[in-house]
Amino acid sequence: MHETVREGAAGGAGVPPAGQEAAPSAVRGRRILSMLGRVGTVLVRWREASVLIVALGMAVYFRASNDVFLTPDNLRNIAQATAPAAIVAIGIVLLLVSGEIDLSVGVVAALAPFLMHYAVDLYGVPVVPALLLAFGISAGIGFCNGFIVTKLKVPSLVATLGSYYFLLGVLLTTSHAYPAQIPEQARGRIQTIFGAGDWASLTWCLTIVVIFHIVLTRTRWGLHTISVGGNPIGATEAGIRTDRIKIGNFMIASVLGALAGLLEAFRINSIDPNIGGGTALVFTAISAAVIGGTALAGGSGTVIGALLGALILAELQNGFNLIGISANPFQLILGGAILLSMIANQYLSRLRRTGGA
Amino acid sequence: MTAQPTTSDTAPDPSAQGAALRVENVVKRFGALTALRDVSLRLDKGEVLGLIGDNGAGKSTLIKVICGYHRPDAGRIHVDGQEVVLRSVDHARSLGIDTVYQGLALINELSVFHNMFLNRELRFGPLLNNRAMRRLAREHLADMGVDIPDVGAEVAKLSGGQRQAVAVARAVYSDAKVLLLDEPLAAMGAKEGALILDLIRDLKARGDVSVIIIAHNYAQVLDVCDRVNLLQHGTITFDRRTADVTLEELTELVVAEYRNRRKPSLRTRSDDPDPGP
Repeated sequence: MHETVREGAAGGAGVPPAGQEAAPSAVRGRRILSMLGRVGTVLVRWREASVLIVALGMAVYFRASNDVFLTPDNLRNIAQATAPAAIVAIGIVLLLVSGEIDLSVGVVAALAPFLMHYAVDLYGVPVVPALLLAFGISAGIGFCNGFIVTKLKVPSLVATLGSYYFLLGVLLTTSHAYPAQIPEQARGRIQTIFGAGDWASLTWCLTIVVIFHIVLTRTRWGLHTISVGGNPIGATEAGIRTDRIKIGNFMIASVLGALAGLLEAFRINSIDPNIGGGTALVFTAISAAVIGGTALAGGSGTVIGALLGALILAELQNGFNLIGISANPFQLILGGAILLSMIANQYLSRLRRTGGA
Repeated sequence: MTAQPTTSDTAPDPSAQGAALRVENVVKRFGALTALRDVSLRLDKGEVLGLIGDNGAGKSTLIKVICGYHRPDAGRIHVDGQEVVLRSVDHARSLGIDTVYQGLALINELSVFHNMFLNRELRFGPLLNNRAMRRLAREHLADMGVDIPDVGAEVAKLSGGQRQAVAVARAVYSDAKVLLLDEPLAAMGAKEGALILDLIRDLKARGDVSVIIIAHNYAQVLDVCDRVNLLQHGTITFDRRTADVTLEELTELVVAEYRNRRKPSLRTRSDDPDPGP
């Protein structure tokens, strides 16, 4: 094996002189090398592949360590942990690609179920309009974020940090920091569809992944989102209305945050101000986006990568639980994973730029 | 209408209906800095106009006013005989004014063909019609004689000259009636430069496109342009047909202005305003 690799490396390093008789081991080595090369090409070209391999590798490892990992019940647990993070991460991906970020989506997730609850239980609004109202107000929050960032020129990190605290304040003041019941009228079919059904949140999540994967890669909106993040001045010169694209993406991110929050509330059967755990949901979503291969610099990112990133994080947490490792080293692994994937991302994007494998 | 004394033998006629574009007394300030003091110029249909001038004379600012990127503080713009207020780059484009910017306005992360159709994408319902855009991009580049093997490659992977060619191709194939080229020859090698010059000649031969070119190479300006305008300190100070001017005269004009300015007080050139974006 050692021999083969050495020979292969020698064969691959330069063009062998014409007429040179290759030893059998060298031929084999070269074949293995070219196969590795092809795998490398796939890894470089299809950027989600490396994340997928990690996700699958992790599943294999946890399955080997604990039989429970791949049982339907546990898969459902993983799916339920993946879905909200992935849904929020998709909005984050759109924003990162357009060169912005939103720290307030996690609070929007916690606020949206309360908005529905207030509308139904305090103002007697029927459930469906109340849901639409919750989404509408969330979109309005996204609009405000986008307006502050694009028109008032406040960097999005600071602007959404401000709106994070502001919304948290609104949430805690109006709810008195107490959980509320799911409104009576919302129980039954609506609750099942919006998260309480076994695979409801995963179905929502996958649908949204497909939609926004198409939006980002196959529509004008996606192309302009990439343009705005990749070359803001160039995009403006080309006549793209950069502010409109950014504000739109802030609105999408907020609405997706609201959806994630509503799904969670219906699933755990309680409207809890701690949904999203303060900053936990946003940070998990940003981690998922970054692990999935979205660069913070803007101009590139993948929705499928974000889904896989969320899956990896859910697998880690779930697997650690099963093996009986305490939750504490989870943060350690998470930190390492983010750093590693960012370093790999830098390296891969350089490879891609210079023509790659 | 020209308020400035010009050494012109083709004095712009304010009532000229043959003008594709007329700029009258345009002023553009950036805060305290006046980038364009009082600019009037005329571009006839099918004409290629060379715009020369020192760095910081206001050439790029003028281009960005004409293409709708900057709003002028005063003055009027006529397109095809109609007075217009250009609201945006999109609006100018819809009137047939297209631009190749100095910075090229290419998106590194996108493919060649997506860049060529940026903000003018061909669609199939809500989805991009990538196949058609890919095919047209390949055809247009082949027509221009540009050698880019894979129009699906990211623009980041192209050479400087190829990038420039993509930017020019984008503007040329947009059915523009007025084409603004801000230093289209800047990053070009000899071969690619010749390619762009040929392209401009082709456009001239077509006769339905009017072009303004900013260039520093006066020989190329005389070679390809019908008329040349000199922009100095935010105003046009010289306007003549290229047939009636020599390379030496042109060079002397620019240099003399510099000498005149320098001699009395030994001022440095730093008083030349440099307009920001």
